[in-house]
Amino acid sequence: MSLTHYLVLAAILFTIGAVGVLVRRNAIVVFMCVELMLNSVNLTLVTFARANGTVDGQVMAFFVMVVAAAEVVVGLAIIMSIYRTRRSASVDDANLLKY
Amino acid sequence: METVPADGLIAASWLLIALPLAGAAVLLLGGRRTDRWGHLLGTGTVVAAFVLGLLCTLQLGGRRVDVDLFTFVSTGSLDVQAGLLFDPLSAVFVLLITGVGALIHVYSIGYMAHDPRRRRFFAYLNLFVAAMLLLVLGDNFVALYVGWEGVGLASYLLIAFWHERPSAATAAKKAFIMNRVGDVGLALAIFLMFAQLGTVSYDGVFGAVGTLAGGTVTAIGLLLLLGACGKSGQFPLQAWLPDAMEGPTPVSALIHAATMVTAGVYLIARCAPIYDETPTARAVVLAVGAITLMIGAIAGCAQDDIKKVLAYSTVSQIGYMFLAVGLGPVGYVAGLAHLLTHGFFKAGLFLGAGSVMHAMGDSVDMRRFGGLASRMKVTFVTFGLGYLALIGFPFLSGFYTKDAIIEAAFDRGDGWGYLLGGVAILAAGLTAFYMTRLMLMTFFGRPRWEPGVHPHESPTVMTAPMVLLAVGSVLAGFLLVVAFPLESWLTPVFGEPEEAEHVVAPLVVSVLVTVVMALGVLTAWLFVGRREVPVTAPVRVSPVTRAARRALYADAVNESLFMRPGQWLTRALVFVDNRGVDGAVNGLAATLGGSSSRLGRTQTGFVRSYALSMLGGAVVVAGALLAVTAG
Amino acid sequence: MNDVVIGTGEAVVFWVLGPIALAGALGMVLSRNAVHSALWLVNTMLALGVFYVVQEAPFLGAVQIIVYTGAIMILFLFVLMLVGRDSSDSVVETLRGQRVAAIVLGLGFAGLIGAGVARATQGLPVTGLAGVQGGETSNIEAIAEVLFTRYLLAFEVTSALLITAAVGAMVLAHIERDAGTRRTQKELSRARFLTGRPQTLPGPGVYARGNSVAAPALLPDGRLTEDSFATGIEPQEVEQMPRPTGRAELGTPDAALGTLDPAPSDIPGGRDR
Repeated sequence: MSLTHYLVLAAILFTIGAVGVLVRRNAIVVFMCVELMLNSVNLTLVTFARANGTVDGQVMAFFVMVVAAAEVVVGLAIIMSIYRTRRSASVDDANLLKY
Repeated sequence: METVPADGLIAASWLLIALPLAGAAVLLLGGRRTDRWGHLLGTGTVVAAFVLGLLCTLQLGGRRVDVDLFTFVSTGSLDVQAGLLFDPLSAVFVLLITGVGALIHVYSIGYMAHDPRRRRFFAYLNLFVAAMLLLVLGDNFVALYVGWEGVGLASYLLIAFWHERPSAATAAKKAFIMNRVGDVGLALAIFLMFAQLGTVSYDGVFGAVGTLAGGTVTAIGLLLLLGACGKSGQFPLQAWLPDAMEGPTPVSALIHAATMVTAGVYLIARCAPIYDETPTARAVVLAVGAITLMIGAIAGCAQDDIKKVLAYSTVSQIGYMFLAVGLGPVGYVAGLAHLLTHGFFKAGLFLGAGSVMHAMGDSVDMRRFGGLASRMKVTFVTFGLGYLALIGFPFLSGFYTKDAIIEAAFDRGDGWGYLLGGVAILAAGLTAFYMTRLMLMTFFGRPRWEPGVHPHESPTVMTAPMVLLAVGSVLAGFLLVVAFPLESWLTPVFGEPEEAEHVVAPLVVSVLVTVVMALGVLTAWLFVGRREVPVTAPVRVSPVTRAARRALYADAVNESLFMRPGQWLTRALVFVDNRGVDGAVNGLAATLGGSSSRLGRTQTGFVRSYALSMLGGAVVVAGALLAVTAG
Repeated sequence: MNDVVIGTGEAVVFWVLGPIALAGALGMVLSRNAVHSALWLVNTMLALGVFYVVQEAPFLGAVQIIVYTGAIMILFLFVLMLVGRDSSDSVVETLRGQRVAAIVLGLGFAGLIGAGVARATQGLPVTGLAGVQGGETSNIEAIAEVLFTRYLLAFEVTSALLITAAVGAMVLAHIERDAGTRRTQKELSRARFLTGRPQTLPGPGVYARGNSVAAPALLPDGRLTEDSFATGIEPQEVEQMPRPTGRAELGTPDAALGTLDPAPSDIPGGRDR
């Protein structure tokens, strides 16, 4: 058992989140996947903070949480307004900006 | 002879050019506002120029006056002065141009009275007069060239004056293009002079021409001759002149009979010092003159279009002048005298033809004329006098000047002299034939008018210039040869005439010419006057007639030798351009456009596709990072 | 500085909660229903919160549980309830090759990053946070010390970010309605009576054994009333009460009238299924 385990776990979670962003069409679920990716990064930050013996990593994770909260608020509002105009929460339906 | 600086009225001789030019500018820029009085202004400027020219000529008195105007170009060693040369030769031309020009302007007031674009017509005529005066008054070859191109432009504009008629537009293009062929020769000659001598002024070139190699002088002479042939409708560039008759008749009279087409003769006479150095070029001038003389005379015999007969007659008469100036010092004066008398009677003949056309509803087909003598007395008499002057009826203009040329030809004394004299006499007979044919078909015989045509005499504003020109046709020869010899007037230009040794007595020549002329008249009467003239041209005719009708196949030769190969070349070039050059360029553009639009297809608008490519990029970056750190 | 040796207890926690976190992540991605996805994600986040606590970051662990699982995920669920009628994805992938490419790239990415991280941090010495916290200084005090000194500016800027986010969310979610366009009660009432059906829709569960919203109402003849179906929910099979016996057989006046199978238009609001 070493810190590498945490890091590898974080990497796997990150990848699962990324794949989820790619394969899910519901914008809210896509958002959840993004949250998962952020969380896995937080785990990495906390792990490295412990390895280095400073709390800077924890402060960084704290900031990530704040930014994530702000991002979720704005993102969900955007999803709401898109849903209101298009009656759909699918990211594939918002595809007018193209060639 | 040395030139002297300008003094008195001659110092203002630039007004000669400026007046008609200002007239043209006012009429062209003034637009419709000048419609009501435009023709009067146009006529007024030319009359004023004539008066000024007359006064200058009276002051001249055998000097050569250089009028310095301004510095045209002055950079380093290159110094081009713009100036005018007013000498007896230019004075003669100034009087001819402004005199005949003024009469024809007056005539045009009546002739163009019903044309909605009369103001523009006068503007172009004024432009022509200005350019022609610049041509004869310039004291260097560049000024001459500017005037040369100016008259070409005016000629183009005036031939195509009725440009809504396709034939007129085509004729104008033909004239312009064939003139360009000649102009290239003139331009090359000027380049050659500048390259070899570093100057283009008459004095500079003529003073140094003796220092040049013989070949160079011959080349300059031949190139100048090419220019002269183009402008004067001489072989091999004669085909445009008859077609130019599509323009209004006053234009034919002024530009294509009296003045512009004689510019070639002027050029060769002015360049006498060059031709004195090169017998080869002079012989070519002679040959060109003789060939054109015969071509014009033969073609004139078979035409049914009254203006075309006169046009071929012009070609033929200018051939006489070329023959004369090609003979060298003995012929210059004779050629120029013939030029002046020809200016009078041919202008008169054209104005008469215009009067006839005016009466016949703008028809030019002589086969539908006939019996006009009683209906149009003034026209008949003035035209008849011009006719007699042209065929060389004794003691009229043509008699004096044409005889002088034929005498000069015989005076060469060798076999060539006899040949040229013989050709000239034969052509005189042909001239008598075709002009008599024209007279008989137009004014005598039974009327063959088209229905609805009521011939009437033209208004006074048209007949008055015809009368004046008829008087000139009668008297000019006597005045120029006997009363006030042109020879002595032109002495300052061509030097003291040497006493010619006559090989054939002048009296014999005169009698011979008169007899041949009478034979021509008689033949015409036998062929045309005695019989009924068919209303349509006979189809079954001899090959000679057929050839003459088609002007000895000049157009056919031009077409097959130049036009068709040119078209083939153009087509080939178009093909190469379309398929080769355009193909490469368009192909490149199409390739880029196609590939970019295909590349644009990857922008599907699906966010997940973009995210996929981002992840792909992240994988690549991670792989690269790992490869670098591990390696 | 001594390296901290990771104890057995932590290893146990890791090996128990690690798979749970992984299962939560996979479940989130794989479940078709968005609500299930959210619940799976909560699972993962809780596991991660415990990991933070184990890794000497109790403050972050608490924040993770309170803010993330408590606030953010509830926000998600709110929006899901607002939006989520058709929140379940269809299984068919519309973008050709997207799923396969995503999985292949994901595996590649996980392999590369995992291998790289494992290789780079193999035998990484663990300093531990004993030097900065523990004893007199708690974790919160240690974080506060750094946050309000070194990261003060970033902290202040964060407040601006939060304000902006709040205002932005309000602007985006706000529906502009022109003054005077709101219909009065009189107008609404008028509009209702102009329709063919002024009365209220039947409530669910009438005559049925259940009173859940998913249970539709029954008509007197035992058929389901479509008007009582809840929107967005598949109607449950309704278990009917036993009918009074003998009514049909005895030939009551009702039966004589023959209304057991009336024409659909005769039934108020009733439509044949």
